[in-house]
Amino acid sequence: MIAVTMPGRPIGGAFPETAQAGSSADLALLTSLRARDPQAYERLVREQTGRLLSVARRLLRNDDDARDAVQEAFLSAFRAIDRFEGASRLSTWLHRIVVNVCLMRLRSRNRGAAEEGLDDLLPSFSSNGHHATAITDWSQDAHAALEQQETRALVRRAIDALPESYRTALILRDIEELDTAEVATMLGITPNAAKVRVHRARQALRTLLDREFRGARSS
Amino acid sequence: MTCREVADFVGDYVSGDLPDATRRRFDWHLVTCRNCRRYLATYRATIAAGRTAFARPDADADGMVPEELIRAILAAQPPSPGA
Repeated sequence: MIAVTMPGRPIGGAFPETAQAGSSADLALLTSLRARDPQAYERLVREQTGRLLSVARRLLRNDDDARDAVQEAFLSAFRAIDRFEGASRLSTWLHRIVVNVCLMRLRSRNRGAAEEGLDDLLPSFSSNGHHATAITDWSQDAHAALEQQETRALVRRAIDALPESYRTALILRDIEELDTAEVATMLGITPNAAKVRVHRARQALRTLLDREFRGARSS
Repeated sequence: MTCREVADFVGDYVSGDLPDATRRRFDWHLVTCRNCRRYLATYRATIAAGRTAFARPDADADGMVPEELIRAILAAQPPSPGA
């Protein structure tokens, strides 16, 4: 059996089911899945693979790895289906499983690699605690610019430029929309550490976007 | 409250997690500091930009679900009851 674990807990069976409870359609599908109905499996796989593949691509940034992660996540879910209690939606449960599989792959990929810091991307202040430089408000310009595909790609590149642990925390919190406690559990850190990591990632991303949008404003 | 403290607290501020007394000091600082109002606006815009950047189909350049992946997943038979 594949050992798919969260820090300190097995995935699939004991995974926290804290989201919205499963619908009656979910429960009917779950009953069929537990009966090993092949049509139910196919329906689940066809319905969920695209979304899960997008999640894995966001986290892993490699299509082959993303496909492997989705396959591994489904296999883990299949094997744990009898322990899924139906307290959350099946889609939510699968989402958490694929996120966890991706995080384990990232840990394995980055093991031993030194991570660069992001101090240079954090805001700077004068000795009296005021901003060291004047701040430009480009928020409305950004809102309009994000209608452009090119700008959305620029933002994705900026997120990819963050150090891996910050990039991952930001994606989990702001893109996958996990709450702070879930991010902490997924990353095996305290909720306060998760909150700080996400905040610093946002500050660093803000600095990177500031360089782009402020430049566009003054040109 | 200083601008440095505002920058430290801004994440909790946007998520509504600041204690009331701290939030009142934060709000008062915003009234008096244009730089921090702008910092808050761009911090919020940064969160929104991340969400928008991944929310559109172009975020997933290989958006099509490969049929061979679906077949590979289906081929990995789940264990039978009691297996």
